[in-house]
This record gives sequence, C-alpha cells and structure tokens, in this order.
Amino acid sequence: MSGFSISRRGLLAGISAVGTSAALGACGAKTGDTTSTGSGAKADTSGDTVKVGLLNSLSGTMAISEVTVHNALLLAVKEINASGGVLGKKLEPVSQDGASDWPTFAEKAETLIKDDKVVATFGCWTSASRKAVKPVFERYKSLLFYPVQYEGLEQSPYIFYTGATTNQQIVPALDYLKKRGLTKLYLVGSDYVFPRTANKIIKAYAKANGMHVVGEDYAPLGSTEFGTIVNKVKDAGADAVFNTLNGDSNVAFFKEYKSAGLTAKSLPVLSVSIAEEEVKSIGTQYLDGQLTAWNYYETTPGAANTKFVAAYQAAYGKGKPTSDPMEAAYISLYLWKAMVEKAGSFDVTKVKAASDGIELDAPEGKVTVDGATQHVYKTARIGKVGSDGLITEVWNSGKPVKPDPYLKGYSWASQLS
Amino acid sequence: MTVVLNQSLTGISIGAVLLLIALGLTLTFGQMGVINMAHGEFIMAGAYTTYVLQKSISSAGLSLLAALPIAFLAAGAMGALLEWLLIRRLYTRPLDTLLVTWGVSLMLQQLARDIFGAPNVQTTAPDLLTGNIALGGGITFANNRLFILGLALLSVLALTLVLKLTPLGRRIRAVVQNRDLAEVSGIATGQVDRITFFIGSGLAGIAGVALTLVGPIGPTTGTNYIVDAFLVVVVGGIGQLKGSVITAFALGILQSVLEYSTTLSVAKVIVLVAIVAFLQWRPQGLYTLRTRSLA
Amino acid sequence: MTTTTTPAPAAVTPPPPSLPKRLRAPAALALGAVLLLGLAPAVLSDFRLNLLAKYLCYAIVAVGVSLAWGRGGLMVLGQGVFFGLGGYAMAMHLKLTDAAATGETLPDFMQLYGTGETLPWWWKPFADPAFALAMTVLLPMTLAALLGFFVFRRRVKGAYFAILSQALAAALSIWLIGQQATTGGTNGLTDIHGFFGYSLDDPVNQRMVYLIIATVLLLLMTGARRLFTSRYGELLVAVRDSEERVRFLGYDPANVKLVAYVLAAGTAGLAGALFVPAVGIISPALIGIVPSIGFVIGAAVGGRASLVGAVLGAIAVAWTQSTLSDAFPAAWTYLQGLLFVVAVGFLPGGLASLGAVLRRRRTATATTAPTTGERP
Repeated sequence: MSGFSISRRGLLAGISAVGTSAALGACGAKTGDTTSTGSGAKADTSGDTVKVGLLNSLSGTMAISEVTVHNALLLAVKEINASGGVLGKKLEPVSQDGASDWPTFAEKAETLIKDDKVVATFGCWTSASRKAVKPVFERYKSLLFYPVQYEGLEQSPYIFYTGATTNQQIVPALDYLKKRGLTKLYLVGSDYVFPRTANKIIKAYAKANGMHVVGEDYAPLGSTEFGTIVNKVKDAGADAVFNTLNGDSNVAFFKEYKSAGLTAKSLPVLSVSIAEEEVKSIGTQYLDGQLTAWNYYETTPGAANTKFVAAYQAAYGKGKPTSDPMEAAYISLYLWKAMVEKAGSFDVTKVKAASDGIELDAPEGKVTVDGATQHVYKTARIGKVGSDGLITEVWNSGKPVKPDPYLKGYSWASQLS
Repeated sequence: MTVVLNQSLTGISIGAVLLLIALGLTLTFGQMGVINMAHGEFIMAGAYTTYVLQKSISSAGLSLLAALPIAFLAAGAMGALLEWLLIRRLYTRPLDTLLVTWGVSLMLQQLARDIFGAPNVQTTAPDLLTGNIALGGGITFANNRLFILGLALLSVLALTLVLKLTPLGRRIRAVVQNRDLAEVSGIATGQVDRITFFIGSGLAGIAGVALTLVGPIGPTTGTNYIVDAFLVVVVGGIGQLKGSVITAFALGILQSVLEYSTTLSVAKVIVLVAIVAFLQWRPQGLYTLRTRSLA
Repeated sequence: MTTTTTPAPAAVTPPPPSLPKRLRAPAALALGAVLLLGLAPAVLSDFRLNLLAKYLCYAIVAVGVSLAWGRGGLMVLGQGVFFGLGGYAMAMHLKLTDAAATGETLPDFMQLYGTGETLPWWWKPFADPAFALAMTVLLPMTLAALLGFFVFRRRVKGAYFAILSQALAAALSIWLIGQQATTGGTNGLTDIHGFFGYSLDDPVNQRMVYLIIATVLLLLMTGARRLFTSRYGELLVAVRDSEERVRFLGYDPANVKLVAYVLAAGTAGLAGALFVPAVGIISPALIGIVPSIGFVIGAAVGGRASLVGAVLGAIAVAWTQSTLSDAFPAAWTYLQGLLFVVAVGFLPGGLASLGAVLRRRRTATATTAPTTGERP
C-alpha cells in the first residue's frame, strides 16, 4: 500500500512539473504589449463567394426577438445576391446560434471568424451579448454590425452600430414629453443594462430641464408581478411613465395597468422597447393610444419602406410585422456592401476607412454613416399605437440626428461618464 | 393607510397566484414526495389550452370558462402519462425524479416552441375581468385578480372535500400515511398514485388558465413559476394543505409590502433569503405531518 | 455467493482486464496527462484548444459533483452559485489589474454605469492577487459551510436541500443583476485582457491558460481518487447508502456530508475562477437555476459515482452541445432533455456503468441495480 502511494506521489509531481514547465515555457506577450498579437484570422475572399456571419439567438429566451432580425438579415443577403453580390462575389450566409447565452455568443463569434473565415458578422441583440463578443472582434480585428438600439457609451473600433444610440431615441423622446408638458416621469424598466443606463441619462436630462423623476422601478427579466409597481405609479402623481421594460414583462405590466384603470389618456406610457412585433403579442387593446420611440415604423412613408415591407412579407408570410431592429439589421448589410464597394476591397481597415459618409435611402429614410463614431445618422420618430396594431408617427426630429454615443454634445450629460 | 391596504390587497392577489400554482404540488410533491419539475409545463399546457380554445371559440368569456375543465383534463392526462411512463419507476429515488422530470420539462418547452412558435401569444380577457372594483377611499381590487382569488379558494375547497369526504380521498390518505399497510388492505396503490398525480397535474392546468389573465403565454411560462411554487409547499410543510395556503398569502403580502418600500428585485432577494433562513431554523416547514418514518 | 452477497458498486469503472488493479489508477492518470498535456496542445488549433479549456472547467465542477452527489448522495443543485463566486472573485481581480495597467483606478464598466467616483470597499482587497486567488476557493467554501452546517445538522431531507439550493441560486443571480454599478449587472464582468501580467490576447498565453486548467483538473482528479479510497470515502458512501446505520454506529453523518459539500463547493469555485481567463466572461447567466442544474447533467450522463465517468461525461455533453446546437438548435434541446431522462432514469450509474449493466443483463444473475441516489 505504501509503495503504491509513493508511485502515485511521484506521478503527481511529474504532472505538476510537466504542466508548470509547459505553462512557463509558453510565456507570451505581457499585458500592455502593443505588438499585434492574435490577428491570425484572415477572412477568406479567394473563392467566388464570401461568407458573412449571422450571429443571433435562434433558441432560448431571446429567440423571440432575434429570429425576426435573423430573417431580415437573410432577406438582405438574398436581395444582394440577386442583384449580383458584392464586388462580383456572392454572399454565403453562415448562421450561428447564440442560444441567448453570453459565453456562447463569444464562442460562436470566434467560430465564425476562425473557422468560417467570414468577411463580416451581423447580429447580437442584448447589450450583454454585445459586450461578450466585443473583445473577440477586437482581438481578431474583424467587423461586427450591431442592429439594435442600445444604451450608448461604447465605441469599439470593430463594431458598426446601425441601431439608435441614446441621443437618437431617448433624448428625442424626452424632448417630446417636455414639449407636451409632461414633466413628472415615473421610470419602469427591466433589470438589465439598457434600462438602468437609459434611466441614468433620463435623470440627468430631467435635472437640467426642469423635469422630475417621481419614481424608478426595475423588474427582473421575465417577471410577471406588476401589481405593486402599478400601485406605486398610481400613487406617485406622475404625468407620464417612461417604460424600458423588455418584451415579455410588458404583457403583464400593461394588463395590470389597464386593470388598475389607467389609460393612455389618464397617464400615457412611452415605451422604447415595444415595436410592431411586441404590440402583436401584448394585445392592441392594452396598448391603444400609448406612445413609442423608434427610428422606423412599418408605416413609415417612402418607396424604400414599401419595397422592404412587401419583400419581407413575401418571404415570411402576409401580415408579418416589420420593426425597427429588423430594419436596422436589413440596412446593416446594405451599408456594409456600400462600404466594401467604396473601398474596393473586403479588407477590414480599408472598409473602415471608406465608411465615413456612406449614404443609403433606407426604409426609415435617409441614413448616413458617421465614420468617427461608426454609428449612423438616424431620424428619431415618436409613434402612437393604433387600434389596428400598427404604430403611426406623431412626431419626428425633422432631420437625421448626428450620433453621439457619449452624449458629449449635451452639457447636462457631462457628469454621466 | 390606503397604501398599506392597497399593498395587502396586491399581496393577497400575488398569494392567490402562488397558491394556485402550488396547489397541485401539495398533492404530487407534498403527498407523494415526487419533485416534478415538469409541473411548470403542465401550467404552460393549461395556458396554451386557453389560447387554442379562444382561437376556436371567439367569445372570450365562454372560452375562459370552457378552458377550466378542459385544461384540467389535458394537464391531468399529461401528468398521468408521465407518472405511468417514468415516475412510477423512480419512487425510491425522489432526487433522481427531479432531474428526469427536468429533462421532460426541457422537451415539453421545445415542443411548445415547435407547435406554437417561440414568441409569446396572448388571449383576450373577457370585458368583465378587465376593470376593477372600487372599495372606496382610493382602494381598488382588479377584477381579474378577484377571479383568480375565487378560483384559488374554490380549488382549495374542492381539494379538501375530495381528500376528506370521498372514498378516493380516503384511499389517497391511506397510501400517503402507510403505503404497505394500504396495499395489504387491498388498495391498488399504483392506481391511487396515478389518480393523485392526475388531480395534481390537472390543478396545474387550471393555474395555467388563470395565469393567462395576468401575464404572457409562452414556452417558458411555467418555468418562471416553478421554484416559487416549490418554495410555497416546502415552507408550508410537506403534505400540509393548510400550511401551503397560509404560506402563499404570507409570502405574497411580504413580497408586496417589501416591494413598495424597495424594488421588485430587492424584495425578491429578501424573500428568497428569508425563506432559506426560515428553513434553516425550521426545516420541517410551518406544519409537520407526524409519521413514524425515520428519515 | 448466491444469497448474501450484495452487488458491487456499479459505479466503479470495470477494470481493463490485463492491468493489475493496483496499477490502474496511476496508469489512467498518466494516460490522461499524456492526452491533455501532450496530445491535445499538439494537434488542436488555438481556437479548439480554448474550447477544450472551457469544457475542462465544467469537468472540474464535475469532480466535485462526483464527490458530493455520486459518493455522498447529496444532490448539489446550487453549484452555479459556487462557480459564480469563484468566477467573480477572479474576474474582479483581473478587471482591477486591467484598469491599473491603463492607469485607471476604476474598471471600465464602473465608469460607465456606476457613480464613477470611488471603488466600493468590498472591491478593494481583490486588487491583491493572493487575496483574490484565496477567495476564489474560500468564498464558496465558507458559504457552503454555513449553509451545510445548519442544513445537515437539522437533517434536512434531500428534497428540501435541492430546492433550498435553487432558491439561493435565484437570489444570488437577481442580486448581482440588480447591483449593476458595482457588479456589471446582466453583462457580468467581461472584456478581460490580462491574466497576472500576461496578455490574454496572445494565443500563446491562451495555451498557457489551457495547460494550467488541464493540470488543475488532473491534480484534482488524483486528489479525489485518493479521497474516494480513503477511510473518509468509505464513510461517505456509507452515509449515502444508509445514514441511520452510520449514525447508530456512532459517527455523525452531518459532518461527513458537510466535508463533501464544502469540497465540492471549493472545486466549483476553482472551476469558475479558471473559466474567467479561458472564456473571458463571468455573468449572472452562469449562476441561476438553469445553469446550476446543467452542471450536474454531465456527471449524470458519464456516471456520477465514477470519477472518470463524471469528468468525461461533462466534457462530452459540453462538446455535443457546442457542435449540435449550431446545426439543430431545436434538436439539441430535445436531446438534452432526453439525456436527463435516459441517463438519470434508466442508467443511474451513467455510461460508466453501461458495461456492467449489459454484462449483468446477459448473465441475468444479478439482482436489481444498486441505486446511487437517496432512499426515502
């Protein structure tokens, strides 16, 4: 028995020795080294086709929203291929499932870059998934196009943001409420990064503009108990509710809201995460007359939108709604195509250099890429939910708003970051 | 004062939902000792039943009433099938049942996703249930919550009557108290197990119908509630209907009062930690069933 | 031989017939070392090796699960909590050193989401590497000890314990999400670039991280093996199979269980800490109820009571998920469900017992399969 344990101990020592020496022998770059490391992933542009990565949650809790974005991306790929592709090469979409799980997103991003050698990747929805993949795209110097409105305060050199940043959605929404004289706000949001950051911005804005935040509440994602929150809203004497709840919770919130006898007339709710798809699943009778803030609605006028809606419904079924994130995803492929063609190359550095000033007559109206921030000029639009489930515009910013992810152009925001 | 009353009423309505979702578990978990993680999916089945019925019967009120018995039967049948296929083989391994039924729950969720699609669906509540009753002094009680409260209390009453007064109830209690002796006395314990499971799962179906009045219907509808439901039964004391009723309302009121002064997240964390602490102090729950078993 | 023998524990791996029994363990270990430290780094690309590193982290959790659940019969459904505590302890240190490397006093997310002024007091000690490393194991072990001390002493039954663990997992993840300014909220702690002075952006250093993880796994397996065969290991199995008899023999089963539970928690914490440099993220999504249940499935499939079975099971399940979920996201969910049903319901010894089960069925002499779970 004793000999046995000695032999085991010897082996143990051996393993640790091998392990440690291998580890020590493999010392690579120290932190702070600026030598280019890890950029070993080269996109494959040798064949007749190039691969583009589509990174969305096709399963799990986020699939509800992200599948529609995935559909819109596929539609754009199909259209671009039908019109001859990009630089004479057809696009081959490679879909990876992020499975609503952030580490999985990081893993799949790496698969797309290293294994599939994609020329660019399109997708992600939640801030958490974007934060998870950001270091991957930065490490391999590959491009991600992110299509969802988000909380700002970010500017990765390898991400293009085609959804709205805060000064293109939340700030205009506040301007609108102020103009209508609705100055006492109650903030209700799901407990995650976007609502908390948005509400921080709202509070700074309110302070500087003579508005008051009379209450602030967060519900865990997927929560369906809103009795107390609605009671608090009722008691707080607010003029309007600023709602950053995520899709699922909205159903329970608006049912409770209506049960408590509150309506769009007595206490309007302005929502920033409810698009056409969500209106359908919440039920129009609960949302009739409530406000939303986006950059695009299915009803937005213009030939480009008529074409987009018709093409989408032809591909995915009549009556399927189109929404802001879907539109932002759809145009992200066209914007990338325009950048590549301007650069005359798929090379990431050249594409980035060519990005500034790229214009597109998009379904949402004219959009222009701002090369400095890698965001997009977008028109802010406030909409009202109609009894037919469609959202119609009641106000817009008149012209595309210059993206300002860090709100540097707003003096009241100087304390924010 | 208004605030306190309003919050208590909100708490009671939260408690009614908790009670309804936990009621089936007092039978399958409490009486039979089976940790059925797929219980949440029976709730989901009840909710989808309401949705399907409303698609075929256009009247919101009628479809809701029709959904109650149909959801009970549908969820009950699923439960009985699960019991027959898997659970009866695992009575000696309660913890393994937890993992096996978790697997079943994953599959049922995916099945719902494949049948009804990943997005949530919604039902229209009958007009009668969308308003609220004013109790004077700014205190209101929502009609849908009143309906759920009534449904929960009615279910408790019905379950009590079945357990105490009917021959079936006598057999169920006999099997729970001493399985071997019951078998010796000529009770077909296997059959009683299946019927108990049928009723417990059927009650989950009814809870599902009620949930369509407050929240969305989706593949994960049941999972969102399952741990809360188990906590109610555990804190109430396993096998104690009385304990579950008291716990459901106590937790509901505690949650809503805490929430008013803090936030939903904080209240939820405090309630969960309070439960963990409570169980450290009184692991048998509020009420205990005295048995001669050692473990 | 015919009437009184109890069936041998099905969980122990059947011996390769030619090797003497006493050499089996060292030989298996040497084989594992050659495969993990020699072959894998030689043949796998950086990317694949990094994926393997992630799977090995799950395998490390499985070592603890095998001890507490397989040997001790304790259904550990809260491993996500301990994994998360270890992961956050490590990530907090790495975020602080990353910030220091760029001349900042606060991690990037605190500047964005927090008040942007001072570091919270409970972050400060994590700037010290020794403290942070110790905490990756001590935090989970302390929590486990506190929880286990009362629970086991009061003879809380398995069902209660499982549900209690889940409540705790839910509470911790909700709390972390709510404290966005100091914990990063749903995003968790991401964007980690340095690991004790080495840049994680360099593939060479990623390989180093892999080698560390593989070494830790092999060392832990060796340690666990010795524990299994020790006097304590025997006692633990005895507690699992008949707690009352052990109590009547004069031992205190509560202490026996507590040790297994605390060790399993420490192992999970270590796995969480190693997960951070390998994957670059720790978030509340890895802590809640669902991932906590996910941590035991690998062990259940491979064979919870067999150390090698549990470890291989964890690696295999993670690999299958990552391969299959791309092509067939729906099929993966069905398969995952089916794995739980089949592995736990019909093959409680896991794949490790498949040989034994088949052999028994063929000869048809053995009695019913021994159960490794808890009896009522």
